[in-house]
Amino acid sequence: MKTNPKLIGQSVPRLDAPQKVTGQAIYTDDIKLPGMLYCKMLTSPLPHARIKRIDVSKARALPGVKDVIIGEDTPKVKYGNWRLVPESQDELPLAVDKVRFVGDEVAAVAALDPEIAEKAISLIEVEYEELPALYTVEDSIADGAPLIHEESKGNVSLVRKINYGDVDGSFASAHYVREDTFRVHAVQHAYMEPCASIAAPDEGGRVTLWTSTQTPYIVQCLLASTLGIPENHVRVMKVAVGGGFGGKMELRPWEFCCAFMALRTGRPVKFLWSRKEDLSFGRRRHGMTLYSKIAFAKDGKLIAKDFQVLLDGGAYNAMGPTATFLCGTFGNMAYRLPAYRYFGRHVYTNKPPASAMRGFGAPQAYFAMESQFSMAAEEMGFDPIDLRIINAMEEGDVIPEVATVSTCGFKESLEKVRELSGWDEKRKNRQPGHGLGISAYSFISGGVFNWFNTKYNFSAAEVRVYDDGTAHLFSMACDIGQGPDTVLRQILAADLGLSIDKVRLTAMDTAQTPKADLGSWGSRVTLMNGNAILEATKKIKEMLIPVLFAEFDLNQIQDLAFEDDHIFVKSNPKKRMSFAQAVYKALRGRRGEPLVAQGYYTPRNKGLVSPAFSFGAQVAEVTVDQDTGLVKVDKIYTAHDCGVPINKKAVEGQLEGAIQMGLGYTLSEQFVMKDGRTLNSTFLDYKVPTALDMPPSESVEVETYEPEGPFGAKEAGEGLAIPTAAAIGHAVYEATGYRCKDLPITPEKVLRGLGKLK
Amino acid sequence: MAKQNIELIVNGDRYTVAVDPWRTLAEVLREELNLTGTKVGCNQGDCGACTVIMDGRSVSSCLTLAVEAHQRQITTIEGLAPSRTQLHPIQEAFVEAQAVQCGFCTSGMIMSAKNLLDHNPHPTEEEIRAGLSGNLCRCTGYVKIVEAIDLAAKKLDPAGAKEA
Repeated sequence: MKTNPKLIGQSVPRLDAPQKVTGQAIYTDDIKLPGMLYCKMLTSPLPHARIKRIDVSKARALPGVKDVIIGEDTPKVKYGNWRLVPESQDELPLAVDKVRFVGDEVAAVAALDPEIAEKAISLIEVEYEELPALYTVEDSIADGAPLIHEESKGNVSLVRKINYGDVDGSFASAHYVREDTFRVHAVQHAYMEPCASIAAPDEGGRVTLWTSTQTPYIVQCLLASTLGIPENHVRVMKVAVGGGFGGKMELRPWEFCCAFMALRTGRPVKFLWSRKEDLSFGRRRHGMTLYSKIAFAKDGKLIAKDFQVLLDGGAYNAMGPTATFLCGTFGNMAYRLPAYRYFGRHVYTNKPPASAMRGFGAPQAYFAMESQFSMAAEEMGFDPIDLRIINAMEEGDVIPEVATVSTCGFKESLEKVRELSGWDEKRKNRQPGHGLGISAYSFISGGVFNWFNTKYNFSAAEVRVYDDGTAHLFSMACDIGQGPDTVLRQILAADLGLSIDKVRLTAMDTAQTPKADLGSWGSRVTLMNGNAILEATKKIKEMLIPVLFAEFDLNQIQDLAFEDDHIFVKSNPKKRMSFAQAVYKALRGRRGEPLVAQGYYTPRNKGLVSPAFSFGAQVAEVTVDQDTGLVKVDKIYTAHDCGVPINKKAVEGQLEGAIQMGLGYTLSEQFVMKDGRTLNSTFLDYKVPTALDMPPSESVEVETYEPEGPFGAKEAGEGLAIPTAAAIGHAVYEATGYRCKDLPITPEKVLRGLGKLK
Repeated sequence: MAKQNIELIVNGDRYTVAVDPWRTLAEVLREELNLTGTKVGCNQGDCGACTVIMDGRSVSSCLTLAVEAHQRQITTIEGLAPSRTQLHPIQEAFVEAQAVQCGFCTSGMIMSAKNLLDHNPHPTEEEIRAGLSGNLCRCTGYVKIVEAIDLAAKKLDPAGAKEA
């Protein structure tokens, strides 16, 4: 393993924490601008309807109302994150002919205060012609189903197929075959900060948008195209963002409406989404129907898989196409698989659009795969961990049509979680009502496939160094809570040998930070932005190295070290100069030209999926009350390979948060919907686990050194959100004999599974 | 209904404001007094992000009418430390334990922690968890928040912590 600078792996306290613990950190809704108006939006009360007539005259006449807009007032440019496939861009900021879900935006108002705006919204008259609505993927793809979007035949907006190896032949000759259908439900990000935006008109018809987003560059581009103005007439700035988890990675109708009305009125316009609206209409993780058939040879080797997935996309594509692609890819990650067929369909329904959410197709795909592995292990007489080890990928393995796995701590993770959880011992001494379950995962460290069709590199960094011994990083990378504002500075400081407090940051301002960064998703930020920073710091070093060579008349073969705010000769550390002094001399030598360098990163020769893959395994220990069906998770054990952790506590924080999200997904969170309406639109009824619900957990990191990652790092953000559902599902089976194939695992399902409830 | 004049004592400062009777304390703190450290995560009393201390007890400021707070002593996140340039031991503990990620729940978590430790200086882990059960966090799984509060208890009363 390579030796890293000492700052790498240190749990540097988050640099934004002092601002956050004192209430000084500014989030979007904390901003007030002079003359600001308040925006409210009118949404469709019907799941599927034609708009016959909209009358805004009463709203417009209300005193204090400064603007009212409907779809017909706007440029009517469709948008969507998949710019690479323009026909996939199926959304308008405000509906024009049709509404497709309860919550589809129809009109917007800007007024002097939120109460007037609300009143004005209630005065807008819309006449609808209700159309038949579809609520399940099965109904949507049925023959003769009404079309939600005319252009998408059979309500399927995107199909993804993968096919290699002799799938049917392998099934025919297999020792063991099983097929199952799993159903998983929609859940929500439940980021704590509600969505908010403020747009302010700028000189020359330009507009500045402060918005709670995880993809500022995507918002800039799509806002410009929907407004019909040049890309760089839109400036997107992010302040502190209170979580995203995939739910804030697209242009949203209110961002458009604030900007559009700001340009029309010449005044700043602010929007705040209520929690009730967010839970009712907001993006969510895809519900899916997953059919999976897998075959094993007698020695336990997986030989074929047929995987067919229907994704419940809701009314628009959103990030659904990516989920459809990735689901297929995740169906074939982690384990060696010689023959694989995937058929994924993204299906429209008249429900709020599903989109990206932490894990992005993986929690669903792995719930199916890992549940099947545990079922197959039992029926074939293997220990469930052994069966996984038999099939686990190794370093250098090729995922057909995808990538070569450069580092892989998967088998070690499985072994370590066996040890950590006391697996063998506890399985030998099983107690009634008590069970252990295992699940594993592999995840991507950023995506390669350029669905946004960016013209720029995937990540960029600008580093400026000064003769006061400080450095300044300019980066479009987006801290939504996961910590890159700290971790990226740590990478920069480590490479230039600076103390962390010497590094300033300007982040996430599309007018000031170098083009571009695709945003916080796909667990890409540390790897991609870290690499861009290291390219920039390498250039800075090249500016400073000549200073020391000249000063100390160094032999050509000497090497220099950058440490402790100094630069020195490795073989003779007495020959040293402070970083500040070296910058001063370089600046003089350059006759005043500042020391500035940019670095970029785009994965090259890394296939179409990801430059690096994380791995891990998790064991859940549960107790199930046989009378009430209530599942109590006693403990979670995790072993995972995230490469070299840059900031250990930040990695722990990702795991700890992931367990909470996984626990909610498995046991408590779900939407109760009736006729396209969400009935549980409060946190009282949508059950995010509280501090009292959380089981204790133990974890161990399996360190690998990923050559493609900065200082050996790979992802730790999303992979950890994957395994919990199947691990708990398996444990519940071990405890009760009830095998859950349709999440969430509720007490009712457990009791029904045990035959105690009809 | 006409606006009412109320007097709020927030972080030791007296403010006289005219408010609509339906305005919540959270709204008045944020919109009238510009104390935006108090966050509103749900405006339904479910998430705890808006927690402040009123007359020594934690309340959800989104469920408290501003007029109810007339002449009451209110402490918000901005008033916890002796000055805006210092940290209170609970705040220090949150920084040191890395209990902060996105930070949106943090103000409310810290105010709930303050309420807990004021009434129970040496809580057990279970008591800490119960004390936080009205505050939702989506980033941390609460692990480091619980650790931070345990650390804060020790910082606030090192002798007592030893006995406990």
